[in-house]
Amino acid sequence: MTEIQAGAGVAGEATPDQVPAIELDEVVKEYVSHGEVVQAVKGVSMTIGEGEFFSLLGPSGCGKTTSMRMIAGFEEPTKGVVRLHGQDVTNVPPNKRDVNMVFQSYALFPHMNVWDNVAFGLKRKKVPDGEVRRRVGEMLEIVDLVGREKRRPREMSGGQQQRVALARALVNRPRALLLDEPLGALDLKLRQHMQIELKRIQREVGITFVYVTHDQSEALTMSDRIAVMNDGLVEQLAGPREIYERPATKFVAGFIGTSNLLSGVARAVNGSSAVLALGPEDRVIVPIKEAVAEGDTVELTVRPEKIMISTERPEGDLSMVEGTVSEVVYLGTYNSYAVALAGGAEITVFQQNVHDSTTTAERGDTVWLSWQPQHSYALQ
Amino acid sequence: MSRVRAALTPYALIFPGGVWLAIFFVVPTVVMLSLSLQSGNVADGFVFTWNWQSYVDGLTNYHDQIIRSLAYGLAATLIQIVIGFPVAYWIAFKGGRHKSVYLFLLLLPFLVSFVLRTISWQFLLSDNGMLLGPLKDLGLLPHDFRVLATPYAVIGGLAYNFLPFMVLPMYVALERIDPRVLEAANDLYANKFQTFIRVVFPLSLPGVFAGVLMTFVPATSDYVNASVLGGTNTTMIGNVIQNQYLVTQDYPTASALSFTLMALLLIGIFAYAKALGTEDVLEVAAR
Repeated sequence: MTEIQAGAGVAGEATPDQVPAIELDEVVKEYVSHGEVVQAVKGVSMTIGEGEFFSLLGPSGCGKTTSMRMIAGFEEPTKGVVRLHGQDVTNVPPNKRDVNMVFQSYALFPHMNVWDNVAFGLKRKKVPDGEVRRRVGEMLEIVDLVGREKRRPREMSGGQQQRVALARALVNRPRALLLDEPLGALDLKLRQHMQIELKRIQREVGITFVYVTHDQSEALTMSDRIAVMNDGLVEQLAGPREIYERPATKFVAGFIGTSNLLSGVARAVNGSSAVLALGPEDRVIVPIKEAVAEGDTVELTVRPEKIMISTERPEGDLSMVEGTVSEVVYLGTYNSYAVALAGGAEITVFQQNVHDSTTTAERGDTVWLSWQPQHSYALQ
Repeated sequence: MSRVRAALTPYALIFPGGVWLAIFFVVPTVVMLSLSLQSGNVADGFVFTWNWQSYVDGLTNYHDQIIRSLAYGLAATLIQIVIGFPVAYWIAFKGGRHKSVYLFLLLLPFLVSFVLRTISWQFLLSDNGMLLGPLKDLGLLPHDFRVLATPYAVIGGLAYNFLPFMVLPMYVALERIDPRVLEAANDLYANKFQTFIRVVFPLSLPGVFAGVLMTFVPATSDYVNASVLGGTNTTMIGNVIQNQYLVTQDYPTASALSFTLMALLLIGIFAYAKALGTEDVLEVAAR
């Protein structure tokens, strides 16, 4: 995962490889709704590299779609600058931008057949007929729609329409492809299949993909990098592994996967880690990034699958807390325990079914939970 | 039992409408068809004699009025497309939250009786009336200038009176266009004009098609506008038929002319549907 840095050169002089495909620079979008100014995007900056599969992930209303629409040109930012390949396109209309979009509802032209839908962009760009035929044919091959050229959109399944939408955008060889929850309308099986297909197509054509989704597993599966958005701001921008393993904020920890949140007062601080006071027998050590003083309250997160559960106090330099099992759920590949701590917090633990189907503890048992300190993260 | 009831439901639903159409459409049509082939007069009664002469007479004596009616109907329809499309477009795309208010305003004048509205136009357009009088007094128009009793008055009246039937279907077709489809066209390098020509207009065609059917047919067979706003040189076939029935009481000729008009309109509609590629139009309309 190489991150391409912005500002490698002045637009026009720099080689394409050094200039990021897309840049948002302190972009703000305000709407007036019922006489009140609402900020949909509150100052977002990001740099998306050439050929990258980049996801904007967040709950509905977080500003991810608005951000994408500003890249496409459907919305003009209230403040800030949008650059495509180093060129300021903030006020350039969509038909003059070299990016194409795959819409959530596909938005195919209902009165045109598959071929005409796919050829639409090339014809507007006045590409010669022969080349249009060749490129549309090639693209239909890539999305596996050969033989269906004469079909109308409504005569096709959701998955096929989806591929027409993809072909219609990709055939123009845009500098970047924007996808707005393109798999939202498909059922689970087809969605998983299309995730792999999309990734394959992206590798094949080598075009920058910007993918908007609220589905964290989709984003984790496909993306090179993810910007997790909430309430008009980017909470964290990093690779999938980093986002999952080291969530930067409480929101990210909660939004991506299952997380346990714990908080305690720092009892001792030694440079890169802090010891937190929880229960009298507990010992929680957490790596810290920012300066923490003794007596500060520190919040930390730890993933359920990183926690071990045992009936006796474990040995070694682990973080450990004592609690009471309040729920055990058998889930086939793993068991899920809910453990209540003395302080009131509830911790979820996943235990892989490695040996047999017996569980370590039952409801009401007192247990010890332990994890490697480096698997927990202090939240900002 | 319930299966029998389920099987009967469609028939039960069509029954009232079917009976209505049978009594008030099929029976009169058959009676009129038979009447057109009868001979005789009101005093002595009419007898069915396969008398095709009424058709021949009707066409020979009144072909001018038939052609005039088709021409007026066509002219009125074209005017309505030109006036109605921007209105429908504006309400559908720029109407915002007040679409239904604008539609209501469009329909408001039409809550007044058809004949009354036409008579109001007669007042407005009369030779020394509210509109022309002051203009003539100011010397802006010659004293013998007139609008009434000219083809312009009749065509104008027809275009005005059937306008909602053109605007409403166009509005429905335009309103149904997914705005994202327009964004998609814009995204695929089409400017506003190209988007209109390639996407908006083709998608509005089912509405235009329906609007033309709903205005051309009644406009062509109308007689109120010609009799209220027209003169002796603007008589339409509807006036002739009305005259034959109510004044001359030559029922066979009146019926024959009615049938001729109906046949011409049907042929016109099918030719029009064919030219537009009905299958397509109806397919899109059925979406």
